[in-house]
Amino acid sequence: MKFTLSWLRAHLSGDASLDAIVSRLSAIGLEVESVQDRAKSLASLRIAHVVEAGPHPNADRLRVARVDTGAGGIVNVVCGAPNCRTGMKAVFAPPGTYIPGTGITLKASMIRGAESNGMLCSARELELGNDHDGILDLPADAPVGTAFAAWAGLDDPVIEIGVTPNRGDALGVRGVARDLAAAGLGTLVPFAPAAVPAAIASPMRWALDFPAPAADACPYVLGRTITGVTNGASPKWLQDRLTAIGLRPISALVDITNFFTFDLGRPLHVYDIDRLAGRTLTIRLGRGERFLALNGKEYEANIDDVVIADGETVHGLGGIIGGEHSGCAAGTRSVFLECAYFDPRRMAATGRRLGLQTDARYRFERGIDPALMPAAVEAATRMIQELCGGQASEVVAAGAMPGAARSASMRLSRLKEFGGADIPAGTALRILDRLGFAEAREEGGRITVMVPSWRHDVAQPGASAVEIEHDLVEEVLRIHGFEHIPATSLPRPREASGAARAVPAPALTPRQGRTNLVRRTLAARGLAECVTYSFMDARHAAHFGGVPDTLKLVNPIAADLDAMRPSVLANLLAAARSNADRGYPDVALFEIGPVFRDDTEAGQHAVAAGLRAGLVLPRHPEAPQGRGADAFDAKADALAALAAMGQPLDALSVTADAPGWFHPGRSGTLRQGPKTVLGWFGELHPRLLAAFGTTGPVAAFEVLLDAVAEPKRRRKGAVSLAALQPLARDFAFLVDADTPAEAVLKAARGAERTLIAGVSLFDVYQGEKLPAGKKSLAIAVTIQPADKTLTDAEIEAVAQKLVAAVAKATGATLRG
Amino acid sequence: MTDDLNRLRQDTEQALAAAADMAGLEAVRVAVLGRNGRLTALLKGLGAVPAEQRKERGGALNLLKDEVAALIEARKAVLESHALDARLKAERVDVTLPARPSPEGLIHPISRTIEELVQIFGAQGFSVAEGPDIEDDWKNFTALNIPEDHPARQEHDTFYLPRRLPGGPQQGTRMVLRTHTSPVQIRAMLGSKPPLRVICPGRTYRSDHDATHSPMFHQVEGLVIDRDITMAHLKGCLVDFLRAYFGVEDLPVRFRPSFFPFTEPSAEVDIGCSRKDGQLVIGAGQDWLEILGCGMVHPRVLAAGGIDPNEWQGFAFGMGLERITMLKYGLPDLRPFFESDIRWLRHYGFAALDAASLATGIA
Repeated sequence: MKFTLSWLRAHLSGDASLDAIVSRLSAIGLEVESVQDRAKSLASLRIAHVVEAGPHPNADRLRVARVDTGAGGIVNVVCGAPNCRTGMKAVFAPPGTYIPGTGITLKASMIRGAESNGMLCSARELELGNDHDGILDLPADAPVGTAFAAWAGLDDPVIEIGVTPNRGDALGVRGVARDLAAAGLGTLVPFAPAAVPAAIASPMRWALDFPAPAADACPYVLGRTITGVTNGASPKWLQDRLTAIGLRPISALVDITNFFTFDLGRPLHVYDIDRLAGRTLTIRLGRGERFLALNGKEYEANIDDVVIADGETVHGLGGIIGGEHSGCAAGTRSVFLECAYFDPRRMAATGRRLGLQTDARYRFERGIDPALMPAAVEAATRMIQELCGGQASEVVAAGAMPGAARSASMRLSRLKEFGGADIPAGTALRILDRLGFAEAREEGGRITVMVPSWRHDVAQPGASAVEIEHDLVEEVLRIHGFEHIPATSLPRPREASGAARAVPAPALTPRQGRTNLVRRTLAARGLAECVTYSFMDARHAAHFGGVPDTLKLVNPIAADLDAMRPSVLANLLAAARSNADRGYPDVALFEIGPVFRDDTEAGQHAVAAGLRAGLVLPRHPEAPQGRGADAFDAKADALAALAAMGQPLDALSVTADAPGWFHPGRSGTLRQGPKTVLGWFGELHPRLLAAFGTTGPVAAFEVLLDAVAEPKRRRKGAVSLAALQPLARDFAFLVDADTPAEAVLKAARGAERTLIAGVSLFDVYQGEKLPAGKKSLAIAVTIQPADKTLTDAEIEAVAQKLVAAVAKATGATLRG
Repeated sequence: MTDDLNRLRQDTEQALAAAADMAGLEAVRVAVLGRNGRLTALLKGLGAVPAEQRKERGGALNLLKDEVAALIEARKAVLESHALDARLKAERVDVTLPARPSPEGLIHPISRTIEELVQIFGAQGFSVAEGPDIEDDWKNFTALNIPEDHPARQEHDTFYLPRRLPGGPQQGTRMVLRTHTSPVQIRAMLGSKPPLRVICPGRTYRSDHDATHSPMFHQVEGLVIDRDITMAHLKGCLVDFLRAYFGVEDLPVRFRPSFFPFTEPSAEVDIGCSRKDGQLVIGAGQDWLEILGCGMVHPRVLAAGGIDPNEWQGFAFGMGLERITMLKYGLPDLRPFFESDIRWLRHYGFAALDAASLATGIA
């Protein structure tokens, strides 16, 4: 919402400075977004006389103007505007001027060999409009040498405020002035336009025609006929105000309605009576009519829309836009003024459906003041007569003014107990009074007021007593100033018993804490954490098991961001690829974030996923070719993540059945028991890599953090530090080539649990020295005697047991 | 000592001096003390010595034996020392060769910021609450006092999912990607009894994409509900947070009245800043920077969360995590947060083990 300082002062008496007004506006919740003091920014511009405009010696499209700037002497200016001509009056910017529209500070220069000591400006260069077809062509009587900004009425600072959606009343200059007056920055100038006596009888009538369920669509409308008007250009003061806030002056009648939209926040409309069929305007629901609106576009009004129609056709969408056909033009002689109240919800829905935002809709949907309607009609009539002449009829009406008077009350103690501020009752009463809350009275520690008709945000119908209290506390605090509320640190949190706790409870749940540990663990293992979008390309998602229709966005921002991701790996793979494209092929990336199976809460899972692309070990004297990623890098990452998540690793098993996006022969599924899948690891499928335009191998893992059970948080038993030395024995087993190593390890571990403390695999051999289809697995076994040194016979017995167990489980034979 | 023994000693000394390595030394030892060694032979020959000389001769031989053994040991020590010197010389490496690679990973700035928030708010007694990214529109809007036709609902640029819900109390009509973390407030209220102090960091989504907007971003929501929490606590809590987070003890903090459907009164919060040579400096200065929105929880929101607004009151706040991260660490652009550019990650990421901690300092 924009207005000028002088416009504001028309409603706010007093001598508050611009700075004081600007800082107070923000402090009371009318946030100042910009202050444009054009007198300042355009200070060096002067009105100049183009003494002669001749051709440029070296450029057909340029002209050289000799310009009298009024400062004595003639200056040369090179100008590219087609309308630059001898004898015209123009706006001259001397060197050193900052041109707002181009962002350039002028310098004296040579342009194609001709001297240029300044510039003749267009409207767009000065941000006074969009016109860039030529330079500003001032009237012949414009005084040469005079400051252009003052002459053009631009020395009135323009203030733009952001008005929050609850404050429809502040979408008029008067509403802004009222808030400032309440905050002590002057006095609200009284507004009580005297009624214009009827000189003629109105030929026009209103009719409201709604079925009962839509009776609130337009409860009240006022109108007045004014005949014998002359619709010329509006006076300079009005044009200046509209131009200053970015509106284009059109004609006096249109400008007047625009003026009141911003002055009082009261949209009005005027119909050219001679363009109407019949003498009754009916406000009703649409019937599928098409009509041409004032913006030059055609709209269809249906049963959900409120229209204004004569006997033949529709002339406007209520509260949104008028029709082209009955709009006022130069030849308009008789007009009918409309001042109506439209249901905000209905008209907002219409505007949304049609994608049609207007200054009128903006105000209606935020709530206008129904009680202001009669006064607005009088004020508008007076201005029409003042600027266009004519004779006014009586005011004709239909319906009844909506919005029953309502009271609101608040306990004074709430200012302190809820608002946290010490505000005397007198101050609170004064603030409410100045805001227009009438009949303020205090009784028994409670303030009761009548809510002004323009404050739809206070004590809304259906609001509870406590809501109404919030409304009033807010008004008092807002105007009094939030800066007067002390800042008090939170009291210590209480235990269940009510006692304050000096040391706060943990902020994170154990699971949240472990998830952080997973993050640190993966980062410590050399992976860089990424945060990628939760959505992705549905076509890519197809490689990861696909996405159900319930997870495809109805309104994606781009076609390649249309599905909630079933896997994080797709995004990481895309990231690896773009890093490679930038010249960084060796990356290790991970992300902890959600994946989605369906659109329910249970369908979202937290995963830790990562990949290693390119070289996992860079080229180095020890490994001149470096080392590429393989499944065991990914397996190590996955196991580290699981361990950090609290998963006991000795309870895990690995099966060779990872999902289809992995290399079928180089990937595995990590399981706890037969049912619970904890994650996957392995090399990604070459077909997937090809689809992402990358080459491999890429090793990746996904760990399903939600699948890891809550670890048992029991105290650890006493540590047993055996006094006896452990023994190490190596065994090599010959097994079928497709025997999983884990089967051998598991059998070995279980062979004699009281003595075998550790089993690890240290060599796998397959080759000529072995029979075809066989491989050798060499394991190191740690035997830990418990209470006495083992004899050779006892050690041999353990070894026999182990060999037998492995043989039984896998058919292995001990290699000689 | 007889001449032959003297000679033997001299010969041994010479031989030892000539022994250049352990093998030579061993040869000398064997030649003197070995089974057929000269000294051994002399000892063996002791029986042939006349009885009256035997004792003297035996004593001298034993003395010589000890002496020779000591000479061998001494020579051995010298040779070992030489051998070690030679080995050390041979084992010399070029210490300017690169260290064995151990790739550095790192933590994304957003995770770091969340950790910092958890530290600071945790010290104020907050715990961390979470909720799903896909919400129904009741929790995302209606329960937060943003009815269907409210202008604020239109301004949210909501991403919609296809499924329609039956509707009804505490049930939405369709699924959306949450446009803010505020629905977690509702979940926190429905999930536990007051008093409450929670923060809810998480992903949020709006269908907006340009230089300063990303379709996905992060917010943190805060909620404090108790019987006696006032707007003074709202101010105190956020001033305490902002000063700790930015590490500026006297950071000016300004509360401006504003409007959010879910709070009343509502405020936008600015912090002091200045601009020097194009650099933004957080702290007392001529300018203000908008940093977050907050307010006293609207009674209807409390009621939607199953909390009696006549008994309980409190405040809520919300802020954008990318924004406060950018401000604190001087990151110029929003979009690289989600681009996984390894150069950006290496530049702005945090060391894996550099956990945010109040004990070591946050700022």
